[in-house]
Amino acid sequence: MSMLSFERKYRVRGGTLIGGDLFDFWVGPFYVGFFGVTTMFFSLVGTLLIVWSASQGPTWNLWQINVAPPDLSYGLGMAPLMEGGLWQLITVCAIGAFVSWALREVEICRKLGIGYHVPVAFGFAILAYVTLVVFRPILMGAWGHGFPYGIMSHLDWVSNTGYQYLHFHYNPAHMLAVSFFFATTLALSLHGALILSSTNPAKGEVVKTPDHENTFFRDAIGYSIGTLGVHRLGLFLALSAVFWSAVCIIISGPFWTRGWPEWWSWWLNLPVWR
Amino acid sequence: MMKSYTAIRIALLLAAGVLVSACERPPITTEQHGFRGTAMVKVANPRIVAEQAGIHAVPAALPVAPQEGQKASEVYQNVKVLGDVSVAEFTRIMVAMTQWVSPEQGCGYCHNLQNLADDSLYTKVVARRMIQMTQTINSDYKTHVADTGVTCYTCHRGMPVPANVWFAPEPQKHATRMVGSKGGQNTPAESVAYASLPYDPFTPYLSKANTIAVNATTALPNVRVGSIQATEDTYALMMHMSDGLGVNCTYCHNTRAFSSWETSTPQRVTAWHGIRMSRDLNNTYMEPLTQTFPVHRLGALGDVAKVNCATCHQGAYKPLYGAPMLKDYMALSAAGALAAMPAAAAPEAPAEPAAEMPAEAEKP
Repeated sequence: MSMLSFERKYRVRGGTLIGGDLFDFWVGPFYVGFFGVTTMFFSLVGTLLIVWSASQGPTWNLWQINVAPPDLSYGLGMAPLMEGGLWQLITVCAIGAFVSWALREVEICRKLGIGYHVPVAFGFAILAYVTLVVFRPILMGAWGHGFPYGIMSHLDWVSNTGYQYLHFHYNPAHMLAVSFFFATTLALSLHGALILSSTNPAKGEVVKTPDHENTFFRDAIGYSIGTLGVHRLGLFLALSAVFWSAVCIIISGPFWTRGWPEWWSWWLNLPVWR
Repeated sequence: MMKSYTAIRIALLLAAGVLVSACERPPITTEQHGFRGTAMVKVANPRIVAEQAGIHAVPAALPVAPQEGQKASEVYQNVKVLGDVSVAEFTRIMVAMTQWVSPEQGCGYCHNLQNLADDSLYTKVVARRMIQMTQTINSDYKTHVADTGVTCYTCHRGMPVPANVWFAPEPQKHATRMVGSKGGQNTPAESVAYASLPYDPFTPYLSKANTIAVNATTALPNVRVGSIQATEDTYALMMHMSDGLGVNCTYCHNTRAFSSWETSTPQRVTAWHGIRMSRDLNNTYMEPLTQTFPVHRLGALGDVAKVNCATCHQGAYKPLYGAPMLKDYMALSAAGALAAMPAAAAPEAPAEPAAEMPAEAEKP
């Protein structure tokens, strides 16, 4: 088993949330833990259920396989397996797998004595998924409002869900989410470019230190956020993008039923210029 | 420093208050219109629907009048429409029309009360033409109104002028500015559900007959179908249709391919006929009445009031939620006018098909 020289030092016992020493071991480079086992269980069962669902469907074309949620008429109850029931079970497995993975990250953090930033960040992605397939369907009164599991079919769902509110670009939280997604990619590309430029100097020159990086941005925009700060900024931008995405979909339906352009009538009706 | 933080907090709280008060709340109602998981779903707020129930309430039908006796045209003078119905039915329809169109103004809104046959009031001339229009809709546009049909009330709802009509908009004042013309858009207008789309989608499609289909029909848009301007016009019309019917785009379309009839709902066919019907009504019935109306009834550009989807629908997927009012006033359908004719004329009706039958039988 290959291991980096310093790796052994960090392979410490303890820090588990559940199960004590039972699964406190590594397989190759991977930490297992109780939540590693549950991650494996849920991913395996969920994937097999998807394969079973596909086998009962009309196609094996990877792009077109579609595991659809139940009809709205089933409300928040269970549906027959072939009429959305499988979607419900797969959703349970997906959440089980995602949450297990996050908790496994927590255990690793505890072992290393570092902060929980990584599982918290991943938690935002889980939050967005759970918002789509659990919170919003509950608020709207039917599991059928969740999105279907399929490469093309989930895109069709996104398109139609947007058009349920006539023009989704007028959704204020969608505006924020889109802006943050653009901002986070811009920030990452600026940061990546800066690091690569200072570590790939011209021939014969030495690798540059963060002083050069700071100076570049001070010259360019009058301010440099710094080596630690840029990662705080990156996390903030990325998590904001995910957070506002979750907000933009949970308000569409439960908290607004008309066209999104009409929502802005509060702005048009401000006493200043009405 | 503390003070400025407090001010910021208060400002944020106020802003949050405005945003939250601009929203709605659960529970909501939903209606599935496509295969499960396609998100072809009508979403509605039951509290708003309840608020609007009054607009869509149907007035009780007047007691049935005898169909026997003299025809209206034999008793009254200057009867150019509905002359074939019995006097009793004719009077009943007149009373109903007063309730539907001018409940406060009464008969005198259209009639010279000294001489009911007089055509001097413009309203009477318009009303006569509107009866013909109603009969045309009910007989020639069953593709859109089916047997539910329409009556004067479908549009008028107790008002002399229907609440939802359209005029051509005034030209934009800022067209000569250095920033250039806004191109009839970028002005949040009710006609396009407050989007920035062109706010007059009616002239191109419900008066003129511009092509509505702008989407490419192939996966890759190899052939240019509609210009950007034409596309915005189309989307503007669709915003009006959605808003006018209280539905969303997925009521008719699976938006993965707007143009595909195979994946559209049956309602799209009804809507297709509705667009043609509105255009026909505007060009055949409304435009020719332009000179009949007094100036104060015309638009800023001197054009006559015209119909769009909201004129009848008024925010409901079916006007009056599909209540069949016409069945109580069959004389308002050209075909129905026959059925509502006095008994004396009835024997002629069966005679006609009987005479045609042999002719048909000989054909093959």
